[in-house]
Amino acid sequence: MSSSTDWPLWEVFVRSRRGLSHTHAGSLHAPDAEMALRNARDLYTRRSEGVSLWVVPSTAITASSPDEKDSFFEPAGDKPYRHPTFYEIPDGVKHL
Amino acid sequence: MTAALALGDDALVLSHRLGEWAGHAPVLEEEVALANIALDLLGQARMLLSFVGDEDQLAYLREERAFRNVQLVEQPNGDFAHTIARQLYFSVYQHLLYEKLAAGQGEFADLAAKAVKEVAYHRDHAEQWVLRLGDGTAESHERMQRALDALWRFTGELFEPVEGVDVDRHALRDGWLAAVTSVVERATLTLPSGPQSGAWAAGAGRQGLHTESFGRMLAEMQHLHRSHPGASW
Amino acid sequence: MAAVTADQKTQGTADTADAEHLAAFDAAVAADDRIEPRDWMPEAYRASLVRQMAQHAHSEIIGMQPEANWISRAPSLRRKAILMAKVQDEAGHGLYLYSAAETLGTSREELLDKLHAGRQRYSSIFNYPTLTWADVGAIGWLVDGAAITNQVPLCRCSYGPYARAMIRICKEESFHQRQGYELLLALSRGTSAQHEMAQDAVNRWWWPSLMMFGPPDDSSAHSAQSMAWKIKRHSNDELRRRFVDICVPQAEALGLTLPDPDIRWNEDLGQHDYGAIDWTEFQEVLKGNGPCNEQRLDQRRTAHEEGAWVRDAAAAYADKHAARPGTAGAAAQHVEATA
Repeated sequence: MSSSTDWPLWEVFVRSRRGLSHTHAGSLHAPDAEMALRNARDLYTRRSEGVSLWVVPSTAITASSPDEKDSFFEPAGDKPYRHPTFYEIPDGVKHL
Repeated sequence: MTAALALGDDALVLSHRLGEWAGHAPVLEEEVALANIALDLLGQARMLLSFVGDEDQLAYLREERAFRNVQLVEQPNGDFAHTIARQLYFSVYQHLLYEKLAAGQGEFADLAAKAVKEVAYHRDHAEQWVLRLGDGTAESHERMQRALDALWRFTGELFEPVEGVDVDRHALRDGWLAAVTSVVERATLTLPSGPQSGAWAAGAGRQGLHTESFGRMLAEMQHLHRSHPGASW
Repeated sequence: MAAVTADQKTQGTADTADAEHLAAFDAAVAADDRIEPRDWMPEAYRASLVRQMAQHAHSEIIGMQPEANWISRAPSLRRKAILMAKVQDEAGHGLYLYSAAETLGTSREELLDKLHAGRQRYSSIFNYPTLTWADVGAIGWLVDGAAITNQVPLCRCSYGPYARAMIRICKEESFHQRQGYELLLALSRGTSAQHEMAQDAVNRWWWPSLMMFGPPDDSSAHSAQSMAWKIKRHSNDELRRRFVDICVPQAEALGLTLPDPDIRWNEDLGQHDYGAIDWTEFQEVLKGNGPCNEQRLDQRRTAHEEGAWVRDAAAAYADKHAARPGTAGAAAQHVEATA
């Protein structure tokens, strides 16, 4: 039972309805892509929750580092006009 | 004997055997997969038995000699390879059979049309595992070959005539053989060559003649229900 | 006075960075933000979460056993289907939770090794046997009921993957409790033998279910830190009392009695008081002396060991036929394709 026979980890993305995008549903272990897809179908669409499934080896995912978080995700930190709450909309105006 | 009983008993008994894997599967993902197949089969069984009468009365109050499932499905699970061999032989048959029934005009056309997708998935599951066990390690190869050999003699019964099941049995058998051969060879395994049925003229599962472990399986399955006659659950 | 060395300076910088990280972490937790896998977190927080998620996962898969015990004898096809689906869900929940734990840098293999070696635990409720069909109902009503009371707050736990796994699990679990309750209702209203069966099961599962909420607040070691980190959001006694309040009217509707003569309504508290729990039984079961401890672990270990050749075969096939992700095989295949 050495780690060389571990089944690699896969990330699963499910698009539950047309018009939506794939969202990350979780991960699972499988020896290869074929089985990963089938295991994902069994695990995440048991209650008919999926129209489309993607499985991606976890090692293939490149993640942004938390250290870069400020420049990547907080350009609006000093630019409040990017946030909808910055603007005052008169009462009664809908769909904004 | 009605066809609904035969096909229903096949599904009922195989579902029961697969249910025995719960808590014992070789990997957590297979707990989910085998349960999925067992649940599909149980659903089919309930629909088919309901054509004949009360599903629980039929499941729990018949004796062994009144069950019409093929002997293949009642075989004990054995190791995972044994279970997969049983799945390969049976699910390929079920898939081809339901495809034919769905395309026809008989009383099972609707039911078969609904079930075809399920059994296609069962077949795919079995094939994926036959490939991996046959072409995996030396140990898995040996176990898979042994399982195919051991269960071969139960496969002939799949193609015996069943009254009310109006399909070309020879075409069914040819299709089955081609499909099974293809998977087995891709898996670097050998198709068994012995007889596909036993020598007993009295018949087999379809005639209500089962194997010894079936009686023990039924005893376990029926015991609680029979202990409380007339009770509701 | 000696000048500050380069090493001391680096360490000083590291300490400052750590202090900043800790401040950011504490602020996020206080604001009810989620901590995600790549975020900085205190080592003790990480370790505590891995332990809790792993033990939760182990509980799900061990919990399959007492219920799977009745699949082959389920007394109607409908009940059989429901039970098989429930047990299947539990395997699925184990899978979700192992995945969530793996985001913190451990592996399922490592966690299973710890379970099999007795170094990680599972909920001690599963060390009790299911002796009758009614036990299946009692587990659904009481054990799943207690688990839900514990679990719903976890949907707002500070660690993102755990919270998300819990949301999925809670959605699926609502039918689990309902089916158990319905099962008991059918028995309670059935023949006198069935009614007795139901009452007997409740008599045996009630107290162990109360113990599921853990030791009383004043003797719970990990609680304070877990609450500060918003992993745990309510105290053991709070949840236990909430559970009793929920169960009392449910038991009445079932036509069954709870085996505690000291349950009574406390007007001042607006909640029920209940009798004293025998914590020595809890301690003994935790130590491994419950009715089924050996059996549960043995079955787990055996399934894992006997399944090794299957897992090995699948891995070997993948190596032979397609590049396994993250191995040398992948690079080798690519080289061959371009040669």
